[in-house]
Amino acid sequence: MTVRIGVITFPGSLDDRDAQRAIRVAGAEPVALWHGSHDLEGVDALVLPGGFSYGDYLRAGAIAALSPIMTEVSQAASAGMPVLGICNGFQMLVEAHLLPGGLIRNAHQQFIRRDQRLRVENADTAWTSAFEQGQEIVTPLKNGDGGYIADAETLSRIEGEGLVAFRYVGVNPNGSLDDIAGLTNERGNVVGLMPHPEHAVEPGFGPDTPSAMRSGVDGLGFFTSAIDAVVSAAA
Amino acid sequence: MPTIVVDVMPKAELLDPQGKAVAGALARLGVETFSGVRIGKRFELSVDGPVDDAVLAQVRDIAADVLSNSVIEDVVGVEVVE
Repeated sequence: MTVRIGVITFPGSLDDRDAQRAIRVAGAEPVALWHGSHDLEGVDALVLPGGFSYGDYLRAGAIAALSPIMTEVSQAASAGMPVLGICNGFQMLVEAHLLPGGLIRNAHQQFIRRDQRLRVENADTAWTSAFEQGQEIVTPLKNGDGGYIADAETLSRIEGEGLVAFRYVGVNPNGSLDDIAGLTNERGNVVGLMPHPEHAVEPGFGPDTPSAMRSGVDGLGFFTSAIDAVVSAAA
Repeated sequence: MPTIVVDVMPKAELLDPQGKAVAGALARLGVETFSGVRIGKRFELSVDGPVDDAVLAQVRDIAADVLSNSVIEDVVGVEVVE
């Protein structure tokens, strides 16, 4: 079967085309979706891409989280569809209460762009099954509002239930509590993270690795995981 | 025309990076009077008609659901001004 993965474009999205390309490179068919529509066009999984929707006005991701299509996104997420939020997409998922906690301005107040080492803390989700538990990967990170926060009770629940999907390794680039880079929901179908796996899927365009410049393709596993999740759910 | 002012502040127990940056700037200017700075948001909602209880209730709902994110912020004031 050809797995169809939708990428929703919001006003101010800027990594939607990269996400579509990553999906194609991983072996699925990308489907461009529009924030103002109520139609998911029958896709099997969804990506909310990075960018600066509505100029980060109000709060990052807040206005996009009120978009017409988010009604269908929430329904699909509740029904178990794999949904990945990357950077601004992660901010939308927390604003839409599909993931717990919130994201605030980086603790050092500056926009940051670096190739970031992450540890896969939960390899049992629709977007991480291609990785080993505890595996370290490198993907680009680029954000201004990437500081993950939650109250003490939420944080202890997240940690206790294994909902931390990714943790920053080596450097905490933005002051996130517990070095949290990404989360999953209880069911494991909704995952959000600040780093950008879609920018690490193709040799020549990814992060540097010890073997060659820009050869890192660690992000590919996100998309192949989702393809596997869809295929095994259909089987 | 009545205006309803909604004030939103980052939660007291959470880091406010913007306020911290301003506090740092004040310290560099040699201002030692203030021990802290926090930055919040003020929303001004214009209403064409009279402000009754129903309008105020609606404002409180919007303030809680849209204008603020209860995970990171508190609504600290809803006030009608002329």
